[in-house]
Amino acid sequence: MTIFGVALLAICTLIGVFIGDLLGVALQVKANVGGVGIAMMLLIAARVWLTRHGGLPHGIKLGVEFWATMYIPIVVAMAAQQNVVAAVRGGPIVLIAAVGAVSLCFAAVALIGHLGRDRTHEAEVEPELERGGKVIAGSFQPGDPEHAFSTAKGA
Amino acid sequence: MLHMIEHVFIEQSLVAAFAVVGAVMWISLAISKRFTAGRVHGSAIAIVMGLALAYGGGLMTAGQKGVADIPVFAGIGLMGGAMLRDFAIVATAFEVDVVEARKAGLLGVLSLGLGTILPFIVGVVVALAFGYTDAVSVTTIGAGAITYIVGPVTGAALGADSAVMAMSIATGVLKAIMVMVGTPFVARWIGLDNPRSAMAFGGLMGTVSGVAGGLAATDPKLVPYGALTATFHTGIGCLVGPSILYLGMRALLG
Repeated sequence: MTIFGVALLAICTLIGVFIGDLLGVALQVKANVGGVGIAMMLLIAARVWLTRHGGLPHGIKLGVEFWATMYIPIVVAMAAQQNVVAAVRGGPIVLIAAVGAVSLCFAAVALIGHLGRDRTHEAEVEPELERGGKVIAGSFQPGDPEHAFSTAKGA
Repeated sequence: MLHMIEHVFIEQSLVAAFAVVGAVMWISLAISKRFTAGRVHGSAIAIVMGLALAYGGGLMTAGQKGVADIPVFAGIGLMGGAMLRDFAIVATAFEVDVVEARKAGLLGVLSLGLGTILPFIVGVVVALAFGYTDAVSVTTIGAGAITYIVGPVTGAALGADSAVMAMSIATGVLKAIMVMVGTPFVARWIGLDNPRSAMAFGGLMGTVSGVAGGLAATDPKLVPYGALTATFHTGIGCLVGPSILYLGMRALLG
């Protein structure tokens, strides 16, 4: 059942955000601390557990991956509601601070991004990564037996 | 007639948003294929179109939520709001390779630390250069350079002036927009093509909307790795902004 996948995703998100709120209270911060990240780890753990206990049912896969395929459209909707006018009209302090912070951080990614890379493992998981990329991009291959949508249709 | 169409859009706000965003995606993919031969990702063009719509909406309504302030497009606010955005981000975790993510854990922590302190320093230096000398204003502007949520949270905790708060938020928003638009262009130079560097990227750039948009426009397979670290960034910033960073600034500036 597809709803099981959506519900699993919802439960992981709710628990993660709740723990993030608790962390925020514990640290006396007026913000959620890593709730979404914790939710992601819960979902990864759920996937690993399901795969070990008799495999991932198609419905669950379909329910979760549907929302992953909606990721980019949702990000476009997010972009469409940014306060672009305020950002553009911010004046020199805003412009220099933002440009400076972004360029410095890009440079830092270049410096530390390659630390401790394990190219053999990367090569091993490359097909899996590509498949995930296709799901998130929403451009899955119709004949791909690995894909939830095609397998769900076939089932 | 027009009035009735408007009524449908307002009543079916989320459904209307699906249709509008679908149209934007379709146009963007067509532009990507026809005019750039696929070199510029359709999603990158769609995000820029979204930002352009937000600019237009902001000019029309003088509101703060871009196109979502126009009543017929209110559904965009729900579709791209924090709730569904986070829901979709969590869903991408289904595609994560556990071993790779675990091995990059330490790198993620390092990048989160650097991603908090580096932008803060830049913000502080710029604020000082423009003549701000009190610790509260300088810290608030520096915090805005971390993310647009850390800025106002820090400013509110310290009782910063409202003009300084507005500047701090604008800095964070501009940073997020620059990350969304700029990432595809610099990805090759900064080696952003594998899960490890994506995790470093998430921690360093921080801003969830910037990272979410930037990675979507660059290479969707990197999204979950970047998001995994980026989602901790704002919380950490809100933790250290009004505390350690402010105390440090007060000690420096007296």
